[in-house]
Amino acid sequence: MQSKILKELLSAREKKLSVALVSDLSTGRQALVYKDSVFGDLKLQEEMLNHARDNLIHDRSKRVDQIFIQSFNPPKRLIIIGAVHIAQPLIDIASTTGFSTMVIDPRGAFATSSRFPGIELSEEWPDEALKKLQIDNRTAIVTLTHDPKLDDPALQVALESDAFYIGSLGSKKTHAKRIDRLTEAGISTNKIEKIHGPIGLPIGAKTPAEIAISIMAQITQTLHKST
Amino acid sequence: MKESEKENNMYSHDDVLECAAKWRQEGKQVAIATVVSTWGSSPRPVGSQLAIDIDGNMVGSVSGGCIEGAVVHDAKQVMADRNPKLIKFGVSDEMAWEVGLACGGEVEVYVEQVE
Repeated sequence: MQSKILKELLSAREKKLSVALVSDLSTGRQALVYKDSVFGDLKLQEEMLNHARDNLIHDRSKRVDQIFIQSFNPPKRLIIIGAVHIAQPLIDIASTTGFSTMVIDPRGAFATSSRFPGIELSEEWPDEALKKLQIDNRTAIVTLTHDPKLDDPALQVALESDAFYIGSLGSKKTHAKRIDRLTEAGISTNKIEKIHGPIGLPIGAKTPAEIAISIMAQITQTLHKST
Repeated sequence: MKESEKENNMYSHDDVLECAAKWRQEGKQVAIATVVSTWGSSPRPVGSQLAIDIDGNMVGSVSGGCIEGAVVHDAKQVMADRNPKLIKFGVSDEMAWEVGLACGGEVEVYVEQVE
């Protein structure tokens, strides 16, 4: 690998751009294929460029004879509504799994940097904060407050987005009430069914850390089902 | 991010190339190994990477620890003759204990030096 390719690749990742590294395994020549430009010495036919870009969209790495396409996409993102106790282990597990994380909670006492050192925090109302973010199909959103005032507006924005996962903490009873409220607000049953509630895989989780594991397990399961 | 997490992240997929660039900047010879094909049950998916420096330090993984030792050996050769190499690993009777994949899968690894 030429150092100029490595440098370009690292700077693309710093800028959070999606890029495919295409290598000719027989010559060692390489090119970086962006959405609308190409960098590097390896000459590629239109067909292979399209193929590389298609793999990039699907976040896949793939070999075609002597050509290897490796996809580099910005980190997946987990947006947490509610700076509650469970959010702390959830952030740890999510970052180990390769997600960048952010926490939204307008209640001043919760989203503090001493409770969440080094984590991106927003004290805006969840729906307003979410509207400002680019929620793509590599984003997961979880609501953890149990408070309809905070969770419901967030869910309404989340359900209109491309987020690959939406989950909401609360018992079966709480979730049934939530479904009633959202239905009353005019959201279709189809959309409401996209919410994972009660959140997480049923592993009998009790402590905040265990609940975080069950949530992250479900996010992982959903991610790989959809790709 | 806590200090301990930062350290953990040194071993995540995302930091392999950063680490390779850092080693290169320090003037060390560096190679990158990438899983380009898999057959059967292989422990790490296509695209997994391992960076190796001339002293044998490594970051990342191309298997569950089964073939890394052999890949480091090949990487040193690649750094010496500056020719990328495509190497296939599977379970072979003779070598099964040393460099085979316990899972019975096969992987092909592309090893290239960073110029």
